[in-house]
Amino acid sequence: MKNHVIIEAKNIVTTFGRNVIHDGINFKIQKGEIFGLLGGSGSGKTTLLREMIMLQKTRAGQMLILGTDVQTASSKMAQKLRQKWGVLFQFGALFTSLTILENVTIAMREYTDLPDWLIEESALMKLSMVGLPPKVANMYPSELSGGMKKRAGLARALALDPKLLFLDEPTSGLDPQSARAFDELILTLRDTLGITVVMVTHDKDTIANVLDRFVILGNKIVLFEGTMELLKQTTNDELKKFLS
Amino acid sequence: MKKLPSLDVTQTYEGFSVSLQGVWVKESIQKLDLAFSTLTCKPKASYTFDLSGITDFDTHGIMLILHHTKKLEAQGCSIFKIGASESLEKLLSICELHYPKEKVEEKKELFILSFLENVGKDLFEGYKTLSSFFAFTGELTHFVIAAFFKPFTIRLKATLYHIEQSGAGALPIILLTSFLIGIVIAYQGATQLEKFGANIFIVEMVTISAVRELAPLLTAIVIAGRSASAYAAQIGVMKITDEVDAMSSMGFSPWNFLVLPRLFALIISLPLLVFFADIISVFGGMVIATTKLDVSFVEFIDRIKQTVALKHLIIGLIKAPIFGCIIATIGCFRGFQIDSSTESVGKYTTISVVNAIFWVIAVDAIISVLLTEMGL
Repeated sequence: MKNHVIIEAKNIVTTFGRNVIHDGINFKIQKGEIFGLLGGSGSGKTTLLREMIMLQKTRAGQMLILGTDVQTASSKMAQKLRQKWGVLFQFGALFTSLTILENVTIAMREYTDLPDWLIEESALMKLSMVGLPPKVANMYPSELSGGMKKRAGLARALALDPKLLFLDEPTSGLDPQSARAFDELILTLRDTLGITVVMVTHDKDTIANVLDRFVILGNKIVLFEGTMELLKQTTNDELKKFLS
Repeated sequence: MKKLPSLDVTQTYEGFSVSLQGVWVKESIQKLDLAFSTLTCKPKASYTFDLSGITDFDTHGIMLILHHTKKLEAQGCSIFKIGASESLEKLLSICELHYPKEKVEEKKELFILSFLENVGKDLFEGYKTLSSFFAFTGELTHFVIAAFFKPFTIRLKATLYHIEQSGAGALPIILLTSFLIGIVIAYQGATQLEKFGANIFIVEMVTISAVRELAPLLTAIVIAGRSASAYAAQIGVMKITDEVDAMSSMGFSPWNFLVLPRLFALIISLPLLVFFADIISVFGGMVIATTKLDVSFVEFIDRIKQTVALKHLIIGLIKAPIFGCIIATIGCFRGFQIDSSTESVGKYTTISVVNAIFWVIAVDAIISVLLTEMGL
């Protein structure tokens, strides 16, 4: 069971109209890994992430998540898969009509039969874990700052204790101190709950300290796949830009 | 095989030993919670929780353990946790660190108090909206006058765009509704007039009521539904995405770029639309007059020339730009009221349409009474 492949991308091709974004992307993500999707602006990192969570269709190729091809999964399978992962969007994407506490508890109320007190306590614990004070629980997203929205978004993504976590630029827009705390949190979650994390990031510190492995996208293909150590040995000028 | 989650209590001479076993994840919580409730507390007893039998866990399972151990602790029992695996230990300590210390409770108030509070809030909201509406119209007037002195500041391209969108785009639906309205008036009138043998009066009936009242009113209501909502939503979403702020920070006045083009577009296009609506609604009446009352097209038009004064048409056309002004002002004003929540987009878009239609009808009533009193 070791080195269990959680996500596998096989020859992914994506096009927007005539514009080709990905032309044969391949990579594998192992269980318990913190995996990064790197690349310059417009290289299709977020698009790739959106394809993994079934928000976007690929033109060709297979995207296997937990052994299921998400592009052809039946709606029942898809619904099952969606409960196994948590997603943090770039700007939090909280439901503006719900309070922060309701935002975090909604999935628990909908998909589990946990007692109410436990749902509430778990939610408050998760808010505290991501570094939010308890007083925000009854506030609405519009009353929070961008960074706080992001933390609340992470708390919501963690609500169901997912085995798989997708993060879209988790540390952008956070102050350096909070960003490092965020990194710490991701590492702890991986070490304790054994979750697999896929993130799109530009943060040099996150790349160096948190990611186990990563791919660098560019020219519509995977330019590099591997660890930081491997990247340091590269002679490719384009890849060297990612070393700071 | 996975071990069923369970909780075994044995009494030792030191106190109680509680052995936790199996999978402690969210799916098994309900059963485990029940098992915990059988765990009675002897004051000052010591409880040793053996966690070594836990094979799988998540934060919900841990929260359950924490919840019940804290409850025991609060009753004066001493708690020991042993045998936790490394990862369980780590997550346990994190969860314990972040365990909510106090419950966040929503304030519960007396019904009458919250009722009074809501009434007060609503009244104050209404007062605030009214004063900000006056401020808005004041500022709008200022910019309109400024635009007349410096006509080159008027954004011609944007104005034309809105004339096309709100004016030309609305033509098909306005033609259809006014045709139907012409038919409806003529049809209802025809049965009554036929009884008196006063068939020819269908001309005055249809023409005056259509060109003076119904065509302008109907056009304005359709435009209020189409454009007031569109303006409110467009401006509101631009506010949410900070486009409005970006504009002002670059020195582009939102008044000149957003409000005036929409205002001018409606002031210009409404009279034109009303004119079309006049023609088509009278045509609708003519169709019924021919088929039901044997008043031919030629007779109908001759009669219009003889008996229907031009003032009715002019009054109808003069009202049109006033309605346009009302619709654009309300649409834009409500748009600027939208704040950062997505819910407010729906709320203010709806309000903009309701307000616009109400004020169109109200102003039409006022004008109607005034003009009749003046003998026009």
